[in-house]
Amino acid sequence: MTEYAYRRRDFLKGAGAAAVSTLPLSMVELAFADPRENFTFAYISDSHIQHIKDAKFVHNWDRGLIRAVAETNLLTPKPDFVVFGGDLAQLGTKAELDHGAEMLSKLRYKTYCVMGEHDYYLDLGEYWSKLFGPQHYSFDHKGVHFVVLNSVLTYDEWTYNRWPSAEQRMLEMAGLDNPNGSPFMVGEKQREWLRKDLEPVDKTTPLVIFSHSPIQKIYKGWNFWTEDAEEVQTLLKPFPRTNVIYGHVHQIQYNQVDNIAFHSVMATAWPWPYPQSYAQAAQHLPKLTVLMNRADPFFERDATGWQFIAVGTGRVAMEYNLYNNTNRRVALNPATGLPEDTAFQDPARQIPPQIHY
Amino acid sequence: MSKKLLVATCAAAAVVAVVGGLGARADEFTKQDLERWEKEYMTVVQKGRELWTSPKLGTNGVACAQCHPNAANTHPETYPKFQKQLGRVATLREMINWCLQQPLQGKPLALDDPQMVAIEAYVAYERRGVPMAPGKH
Repeated sequence: MTEYAYRRRDFLKGAGAAAVSTLPLSMVELAFADPRENFTFAYISDSHIQHIKDAKFVHNWDRGLIRAVAETNLLTPKPDFVVFGGDLAQLGTKAELDHGAEMLSKLRYKTYCVMGEHDYYLDLGEYWSKLFGPQHYSFDHKGVHFVVLNSVLTYDEWTYNRWPSAEQRMLEMAGLDNPNGSPFMVGEKQREWLRKDLEPVDKTTPLVIFSHSPIQKIYKGWNFWTEDAEEVQTLLKPFPRTNVIYGHVHQIQYNQVDNIAFHSVMATAWPWPYPQSYAQAAQHLPKLTVLMNRADPFFERDATGWQFIAVGTGRVAMEYNLYNNTNRRVALNPATGLPEDTAFQDPARQIPPQIHY
Repeated sequence: MSKKLLVATCAAAAVVAVVGGLGARADEFTKQDLERWEKEYMTVVQKGRELWTSPKLGTNGVACAQCHPNAANTHPETYPKFQKQLGRVATLREMINWCLQQPLQGKPLALDDPQMVAIEAYVAYERRGVPMAPGKH
């Protein structure tokens, strides 16, 4: 048994058999050489709280977030903190953000928030910032440097000059497949901030970047894409142990580009098709990714979930807590140096629901 | 096309045939015919796309495109097929109605409702080029 597998067993023991077997866990573990340094955090994302009118909100999406919050509160051992990965709201209104913030307030942990495009494009994040604070920032925790980016910015012309109203701008960006949308980016100003933020950080420090969009280019048509991904990746190059965790895609994705391990998180609201399910466009889903099971819409929460993350080797170990499916675990395989699914990476072990077409 | 319009079109065609002194030949059509038919189809596809992205199709503001961007993951080429959740073979239109009633909290459409035809036309259009695979899972 590899040292890695041994640590995994230790972790499960610590987590308690009940929690592991009954909760759809999607926790992130960062693992270090010294197991005492290991810690975990939980990641909830893409709740898309959607206002109907008056006090009515879309019930389905409400339930997804309520369940994730309740289950996160039941975790044993307790995560050190929780991250909410963006798209708390559907159309960025005060009603939606307030309703979502109220649900998030039930979390019994320090919570960090990431900006999503559905939170941003009504008032360019003004009300979100009132509730949750700055749109990009960094913090250190037990030897890891964490950076939160607002990666859903776009060209100024699109943001400021193209649309007759803020409401229309929001609607145009909210449609995932809307050809009037615009590619996401971190932008020059924020990249300069990131460069300065990373300057004093020791290069052996594990980095964990939280962004809403993937800081890689997968499929532009649905903005599974960040326009200045390469420029951001270049800033992260000096750090051999860099991890990027992103939302937006509502599906399991993972990848490794040079020094950077990429992990996506699930939505609590609804799953999205993999880009290859759209027959009319080329796409670049990472070949490493073993796809999540195809969704069964008759189970309202199927193919949604949240994650439990451990940070021990300086690489993210991602436990996908899936509501109507067997949980998935994607972690560094020391033999290959790549993030891999601990059960399904071998093609011979993959199952029919993982085939998307 | 409405019945009235169809009658008018047929009458016009008959007039053209008589005036032109040609017998209408059922098995012959022109490039212009093909272009017109394509245009008619694309008009309905466009209507389907509008319905697909409309928050007003159901009652809760949820649109089809929220879960199915570009109508992906609808697999029109696989219908009719055994739908395990229903325990029987079902058609795409039945599944469209299921979505209208559940995630969209709306009312089902008659299977020949022009809106249903438009939605089906759009879904099929986004899947063009994919081989038929009835019954596939």
